[in-house]
Amino acid sequence: MMRFLRQSLAVAAKDLRAELRTKEALNSSVAFALVILLLFSFAFEPTEDQTRQIAGGLLWLAFAFAGALILNRSFARELANDCLDALVAAPLSGAALFLGKALANFVLLLAVELIALPVFGVFYGVNWTRQLGPLMLVVVLGTWGMTVVGTLFSALTVNLRMRELMLPMLVYPVMVPALLAAIQLTSPLVMGQPLDGELMVWLRLLAAFDIIFTALTLALVETVLVR
Amino acid sequence: MNAVEAAGVWKFYGDFPALREVSFGAAAGGCLALLGRNGAGKTTLLRILAGLARAGRGQVRLLGGDPRDRETRARVGVLGHGISLYDELSARENLELFARLYGLNDAPRRAAAWLERTGLERVADARVREFSRGMRQRLAVARAFLHEPRVLLLDEPFTSLDDRAVELLQGLLAEAVAAGGAVVLSTHQLREALELATHVVLLVRGRLAHTGERTAAMLEDPGWLYRQYGEG
Repeated sequence: MMRFLRQSLAVAAKDLRAELRTKEALNSSVAFALVILLLFSFAFEPTEDQTRQIAGGLLWLAFAFAGALILNRSFARELANDCLDALVAAPLSGAALFLGKALANFVLLLAVELIALPVFGVFYGVNWTRQLGPLMLVVVLGTWGMTVVGTLFSALTVNLRMRELMLPMLVYPVMVPALLAAIQLTSPLVMGQPLDGELMVWLRLLAAFDIIFTALTLALVETVLVR
Repeated sequence: MNAVEAAGVWKFYGDFPALREVSFGAAAGGCLALLGRNGAGKTTLLRILAGLARAGRGQVRLLGGDPRDRETRARVGVLGHGISLYDELSARENLELFARLYGLNDAPRRAAAWLERTGLERVADARVREFSRGMRQRLAVARAFLHEPRVLLLDEPFTSLDDRAVELLQGLLAEAVAAGGAVVLSTHQLREALELATHVVLLVRGRLAHTGERTAAMLEDPGWLYRQYGEG
């Protein structure tokens, strides 16, 4: 178990170090998220009531679109110099490789979201920090769901010529339950409503999605990597 | 027991059979040169041996185990067409990463030792992106040997190496064979390969055309084997 974790962390640290040096995916992802928020703000100039209704959807669409740029790079990064071959030939399980990649993607996605949230607050005139703890819990759970599904499909589409197109087309339909739950939770939390009652049902759905898809992807990834 | 064993291996790309019932063995303490023209199936066979691809039919064993078993992979070194190194990381970071992935406890010491051995210690902290082709290839050799593998699978290892690096690689391979390791290498550089080889396998359009010991006649005339099978 310790070896599994050490190998996963080595892969995650490698991905983060490589990304922080090039900032290829991070810069484009942050820029894309901010542009979406900015354009929606200019296009619709929503009132406070309208913001209350669209906050969750707007934020998670921005996170999902911007996240695709990070997820696309995840396994594509391994194509240069045939690095993926060396990882698959090394004595680490597909699950350890997947977990390492997912952890790195999770950190990068979270960074993009934590930059986008204050910008959202400024553009839409919303104090989004009133339920900061529960909101962060939803952001973490939603992001992990997006990460596990996205990382698996990143491995699956890595050798496709149109992977930039294929990844979102495959990931978004699978992510619908997680996105729906995250959107339903985020809108009231951003407006300061506490996390209770019906919101707990959505939270449980989001947590269940994460658990099921994490287990599924860990089980399937070996088959995806060696053909 | 052979260190490397292929029995009736087939591989299909769609309907096209890239390998057709290939069987051979490579003993520990030996070097097997995998020869064949472009498209003969050498890379496909090496990828199956390395556990990077699955055989359509047939079986492959390395050190008595399945190539996809982690215990087996920990004792196998693979050097493919690409250098399998990260351009954004330094030479030292690359070697330390792979040392950790191979479960070596002394990753920094091991990386430093191989950087020195391959003559890259002065550029240890420079990013691989800045390396010349020859330096990249030497670092790739260090990565493949880092964990002291018992089986080495090398695809065109002499490509892009300068004289010094060829000498280094030949020395490392000879050491590995002398220490009881098994080496399987594919190459177009017949002379370098045959100087090292104890056995030879020739693939012709996916079929095994010849397998046997490397003879003195092959050394004298490296193209002889190809001509024997109409591949001259």
